[in-house]
Amino acid sequence: MMRFASLGQAALVALVVVYLLAVYLLPSQVWMGFTINALAMSIVALSWNITGGFGGMASFGHAAMYGTGAYASAVLQVQFGVNAWVAFAAGIAAGALMGAFIGALAFRYGVKGSYFALVTLAFAEVLRICASAFEITGAGRGLQLTLQPGVATLQFNNDRVLTYTLLLGIVALVMALTAWLKYSRFGAYLVAVRENEDAARALGIDTYRVKVTAMAISGAFGGLAGAVYLQLWLFIDSSVVYGVSISVTALIGPIIGGAGTVWGPLVGTLGLHLLGEGAKTALHGAPGLNFVLYALVLIAALRFLPQGLMGLAARIGVLGRKGGDDA
Amino acid sequence: MSSLILPAVLNGLTMGAVYALIALGLTLIYGVLHIINFAHGSLLMLGLYAAYFLFHFWGIDPYLAIVIVVPAFFALGYVLQRGIIAPMSAGSEQNVLLVTLALSLVIDNLALYFWTSNTRTADIAYAYDTVEVLGAYLTLGRVIAFFAALLVAGLMWLFMTRTRTGAAIRAVAIEKRGAEIVGIDVGHTYALCFGIGTACVALAACLLLPTFYVTPQVGYTFVLVAFTTVVMGGMGSLPGALVAGLLLGVIEALGGLFLGESLGQLGIFVAFILTLLFRPAGLLGRRPT
Amino acid sequence: MTHHINRRGLLKASGAMALLSGLASPAILRAQTPAIKVGVLEPLTGNLAYNGNQCAAGARFAAEAINAAGGIKSMGGAPIELVIVDAESRPEVAAAAVDTLAEAGVCAFTGASASALGLASSQAAAKYDLAQVFSVGTAEAIVERGLPNVFRFTPGVTKITAVALENLGLLNEAAGKPVKTAAIVHEDGPFGSQLAGIVETELPKLGIEIVEKIAHPTPHRDFNNIALRVKASKADILIPTNYINEYTLMTRALQQQRVELMAIYSILGGAASNIKFVRENNDIAQYVIDCNHWYDPNKEASKALAASAAGAGIDMTYDVMVAYATIQVIADALERSGSADRKAMIEALAASDYDGSIMPYGPTKFVNGDNVNSRPVNLQVRGDKIEVIFPKEYATIEPVFPRPAQG
Repeated sequence: MMRFASLGQAALVALVVVYLLAVYLLPSQVWMGFTINALAMSIVALSWNITGGFGGMASFGHAAMYGTGAYASAVLQVQFGVNAWVAFAAGIAAGALMGAFIGALAFRYGVKGSYFALVTLAFAEVLRICASAFEITGAGRGLQLTLQPGVATLQFNNDRVLTYTLLLGIVALVMALTAWLKYSRFGAYLVAVRENEDAARALGIDTYRVKVTAMAISGAFGGLAGAVYLQLWLFIDSSVVYGVSISVTALIGPIIGGAGTVWGPLVGTLGLHLLGEGAKTALHGAPGLNFVLYALVLIAALRFLPQGLMGLAARIGVLGRKGGDDA
Repeated sequence: MSSLILPAVLNGLTMGAVYALIALGLTLIYGVLHIINFAHGSLLMLGLYAAYFLFHFWGIDPYLAIVIVVPAFFALGYVLQRGIIAPMSAGSEQNVLLVTLALSLVIDNLALYFWTSNTRTADIAYAYDTVEVLGAYLTLGRVIAFFAALLVAGLMWLFMTRTRTGAAIRAVAIEKRGAEIVGIDVGHTYALCFGIGTACVALAACLLLPTFYVTPQVGYTFVLVAFTTVVMGGMGSLPGALVAGLLLGVIEALGGLFLGESLGQLGIFVAFILTLLFRPAGLLGRRPT
Repeated sequence: MTHHINRRGLLKASGAMALLSGLASPAILRAQTPAIKVGVLEPLTGNLAYNGNQCAAGARFAAEAINAAGGIKSMGGAPIELVIVDAESRPEVAAAAVDTLAEAGVCAFTGASASALGLASSQAAAKYDLAQVFSVGTAEAIVERGLPNVFRFTPGVTKITAVALENLGLLNEAAGKPVKTAAIVHEDGPFGSQLAGIVETELPKLGIEIVEKIAHPTPHRDFNNIALRVKASKADILIPTNYINEYTLMTRALQQQRVELMAIYSILGGAASNIKFVRENNDIAQYVIDCNHWYDPNKEASKALAASAAGAGIDMTYDVMVAYATIQVIADALERSGSADRKAMIEALAASDYDGSIMPYGPTKFVNGDNVNSRPVNLQVRGDKIEVIFPKEYATIEPVFPRPAQG
């Protein structure tokens, strides 16, 4: 996990780690609250990274998995009184199933490239419409967990530091799993599929299976992100968790941070949140203009950081070792 | 309920014509540049504001405004592609998508800042007159849009198949490198296409304004349907976009009638997914190579 | 009538006195009094931007009026300084914005236009013992969670629906019970669905049968089908609940499809209480009734607010009014407690019996965070004006129900 291509990358990662730890010491609650949001969103970015980064299957509908995780957990808790821990686990499983389902269907018919992006977008929309129409998902009213802080209910809202620590733990776990995947045989297969699917198939890799498995893993992370959102804010409705903005959040972080790297999604999501906050502070009193500034910086980043922040850092202080943007 | 089917279908056709109009520009861009232009909805919104302000400040009827707005938007589209999208995306398909997404964020929020979130409507008295067709009352503004869609699709098809520029565009769409070798300026052709696509969406805006409203968010109302239309019709296929738009209008109307308006929207996306899975080339498209 | 003039005279006198006391306090002293910060948490961007910006405008007008009248007198004429933050129409952003407010040192805040945003923000604010006075927050979950920092000044969906149906019953009774059937059209988001659910169970008790119930998404592009279904249902009246854009498209489609209705009786209907709709669609807006948040138009402060809004080119919507009133409620609590301490504010708000707001509510009384004396108002579009028809003591015109046959 800690193999870095260059001093620059090591420094960037160190910077992120120092920031995340510094949040504990900063007297400002604003930083804590803001970083909690960034961490929560970085989970779905890490989810996208599995398929979009390592697998080269850029989805534009990760909200499908995110929302399914959130809704599965919420329906079980609200409608069936299931324990929050069980529901949380079910949310992860539901995300994985949804990912596998979309993947199985899309890849069975050879959907790829921008078609894959559009098919995932369409699935997210179908799910959004269903969630806002059926009674079991609270129809248009959404679902609301009863405010009941405690370990049994998985609600830690009144302890900020604990919430933050748990989130850090979850993100670290997902990143560790990502790193493990990356250096596993499966990870190598996945990258092979991204680089040249026909060649991978010729080498005897069951590419269909690899891709669907990747979607399932990505879906599990996405479901996890959705379930985390639910436990944090206790209320979901269809546009909040199945909305296009979630899908955008999922792919924008990894691309800015560095797709197909372990640290990229976190670095990117955090960087973008900082950029958003900075724009808000810089243009206080002109709501809307902060998004303009944000988007302009984003465009510049796309132009000048083709490999994302991790890719940029990789070029600084290269260590005498092959491996490119390794981390 | 059965007595409602015919009026619903006819209404759906007129709504579908609007979808087709919006999708015509998008399909051209998609088909030639192979990019998902997420700023298309924002450009529609800009077009609506342009037509609205011409009406509001100078009393120019939106149907007359076409002669001003459409050329202006052609220029805007050309400049956007040449000046921002092409240089900023550095040739990566993923980046193009994100650049257009960021562009839409810029356009939408500038609109919000300068024009506020107030809903605006152009009060054009005759637009809400109705035309009686087979016992159904159809909105005049929509009926005009219906025939305009047929006309525009036809004209664009002629342009693409019967003119030198059209041939160049098709050449670039099919084989970019080959076109380059025979001396076609690909950058110019791309920008030309983007310009034509943007002009189309501006035309759609002029035809939509009399029967709709304008807010900075109005683009989102149509953008997903527009994508669906493009994919269903076959990317790059102008007649395909027309047929798919009309079909989606009918699917939506009947879905709404039988499943309720909320769930009825499903019809559109289910049709979308089915097309992508079983006929990725679209209803009238060629198989992608 | 004499009562009316007397009350008005009294208000004028008190307004003049407030102005005098403001002038009387030396300018230098006032400049030295530190401003008291009050938060405004609204969705200024995103899909709720219209409502959020209207609310922010209302809050600004209130702060200006209070400061012009001499600020908070018990605190040496300290002026109110608003800290306005953007919830971006997303719950988690609303919650994070509460941190910004707390850090800025606000004593309380108002918000947040949509229930989903309000739920997230009040939950986050509870950690700081920071009071949130809800401008609009119709979902009952807001007050049912028992958070001590929640103060919903305006009525919730249950009360609004109950009052709306009671008034519908009165109107129908007075007209000789011509209305036998109704169709419901509602947006499928949290507020529309919850409201339609209550109407569905309560309306039959008035002897009115529901013959059609149609949910539609927001935004929705075409209402012709809905109009056709309403027409086919042969409902006597239509009860819509949706936002202004859809409301406008809906009423136009109803007219185009020549749907004959005795009345359009909206509940939280967006456009029927929006002067912009009345101005731009005057013919189809006639006699439309809406039950919604609204101010008492006869009060001096209301007239001043209407004038300021007109001067700033802002339409007088209920958002402007409720946000204005919530700042008044916070100012009153400050006046009584004499302290900008957060906990003191929660206590002062909990004990509030303020009856000087522009809303037609009577003395404020928070029970479990819900103002039991809040109530919605019935409005009817008449000519180019929006007139109050219920409650009777604030009415500006006699209702017309059913509406005259169109010719």
